[in-house]
Amino acid sequence: MSTPGEPMIRLDKLTKQYPGQEAPAVDAVDLAVPTGEIVILVGPSGCGKTTTLEMINRLIEPSSGRIFLEGEDVTHVNADQLRRRMGYVIQQIGLFPHQTIAQNIAVVPRMLGWKDARINDRVDELLHLVGLDPGRYRNRYPKEMSGGQRQRVGVARAMAADPPVMLMDEPFGATDPITRERLQNEFLRIQEDIRKTIVFVTHDIDEAIKMGDRIAILAEGSQIAQYDTPEAILTSPASEFVEQFLGSGILLKRLNLSRVEDVHVATGEWPTIGPDTTYDQARQHLQQSGRTHLLLLDAQRRPDRWIAAIDLDRDRDLSMAGTRVQACVDSRATLNDALQEMLLNANGVAVVVDRDGVYAGTLDLETIIAAIREMRSGTAVPGDT
Amino acid sequence: MTVSSYLERRWDVVLQLTLEHLIAVGLAVGIATLLGIALAILVYRNDRAVAVLLVVVNTLFTVPALAYFGALIVIVGLGWTSAITVLAIYALLPIVRNTITGLREVDPAVVRAATGMGMSKTQRLLRVELPLAYPVILSGLRVATVLIVGIAAIGSYVAGPGLGELIFSGLSSLGSVRAVPEITIGTVAIVLVALVLDAILA
Repeated sequence: MSTPGEPMIRLDKLTKQYPGQEAPAVDAVDLAVPTGEIVILVGPSGCGKTTTLEMINRLIEPSSGRIFLEGEDVTHVNADQLRRRMGYVIQQIGLFPHQTIAQNIAVVPRMLGWKDARINDRVDELLHLVGLDPGRYRNRYPKEMSGGQRQRVGVARAMAADPPVMLMDEPFGATDPITRERLQNEFLRIQEDIRKTIVFVTHDIDEAIKMGDRIAILAEGSQIAQYDTPEAILTSPASEFVEQFLGSGILLKRLNLSRVEDVHVATGEWPTIGPDTTYDQARQHLQQSGRTHLLLLDAQRRPDRWIAAIDLDRDRDLSMAGTRVQACVDSRATLNDALQEMLLNANGVAVVVDRDGVYAGTLDLETIIAAIREMRSGTAVPGDT
Repeated sequence: MTVSSYLERRWDVVLQLTLEHLIAVGLAVGIATLLGIALAILVYRNDRAVAVLLVVVNTLFTVPALAYFGALIVIVGLGWTSAITVLAIYALLPIVRNTITGLREVDPAVVRAATGMGMSKTQRLLRVELPLAYPVILSGLRVATVLIVGIAAIGSYVAGPGLGELIFSGLSSLGSVRAVPEITIGTVAIVLVALVLDAILA
């Protein structure tokens, strides 16, 4: 079916005209979504981005135009069959409240007639993938889980039958900022392995820049104002509309393009001690290092507490001294995330951890400033002098 | 004659009438459930069809029982058929109304997710919407059942089955020794039947 170079999804003059409305909600959109990429549809509310997305799996039937999936014209094929080839994640998740987590994830495989054993294995595999322990969660009901956990299940459910395509409508929009950031990072990590073709709708330009391989900035009627990589859009916005939509602080936004793993993470900047260190050793260690703080790691080498000299004077029990390390950034986090952590942390440093939460080093403001400088020298941002 | 001595002599009749009463109510609720749920499923996605159906079942509900019996005697004659038809008509309103409410109250996000995953309309109805609407539908069944346990007594007016026969027999022989026991036993038994069914369906 599919010819080389054919994008996974291609929209050809796709239009939705609602009866009784003057202008079409979606007006002759052409869009090609390359295989294995995350394409973000982003735009102001009411621009028709969700309508465009829902025409791809024909939850909304197009008035005219055509939809191609892997080169096949699917504009008029059986819609139910088509939808089983596309994972679908929505902001409200829509887990079935009367079914367990395992049953929820198994919905599409069951419709496709998979054997029980295969379904069970797949459910466990997916729960692992999204970071939920199958033994603990497979028999729970959605109401027994937190919002972030439910959203993970929603993603797992969409991936259940291993569809080549996932459609995601503001999937992380209803979660708090910390959970959202975590879900975004996790999803990017998963996508590194699964390489799905993803169409992702959001109204949040920062999320678009962080998540997208390509971004389509949409104006009214789902007209594509610019369709390019985040770097290209931030470097050379195609129109005033795009510039306005990007908003102020383009330079800061570009911090979303670099990840912690792209910059130098300092490993020896701050003295660290293990949980077995005695009070006197800690004191000596801090004096020798000439720094203001010690970082206490736990038995698994995960960051535990920041301890200053003054804390050592006050408290002889190291496990109670100083302040708890509030939040860490992992290597997939953007520099923007790291900057936020720095601002929150007492000594202006972001603690970097690896996937397992093990201490990997620290990041300070100078590193970020250097990264910004590098961006500016590399490509000039228009209007930024 | 006292209630207890009447019961002692004629407990078999009371028991049989109670069973008849239960069967009549069961049949009527069964018919109304099948018909009511089917009608509700046909209309629940369409606002106008819902409005029309509710007006119809509401109107049917407001017609007095005696008027139905009068009309049905002409059409199907005396007996069980008339009685059960009327009972089913009354049971229809709570069942139809609750089924529609239940189906329409299912979280739209859940319905959207189900459709988006490729469930057909039938799959969605059977696996998602009806299971989620079930508690509301069941409470409709319960209201319908308790409601027609009482109305069923009037069915004996057209020679229908059930405990109404005791009451009518007592009423027609007021002044005789068995009048008071018959009316008392008939009434109390109906109340007990209603309470028991209500508890079972809770």
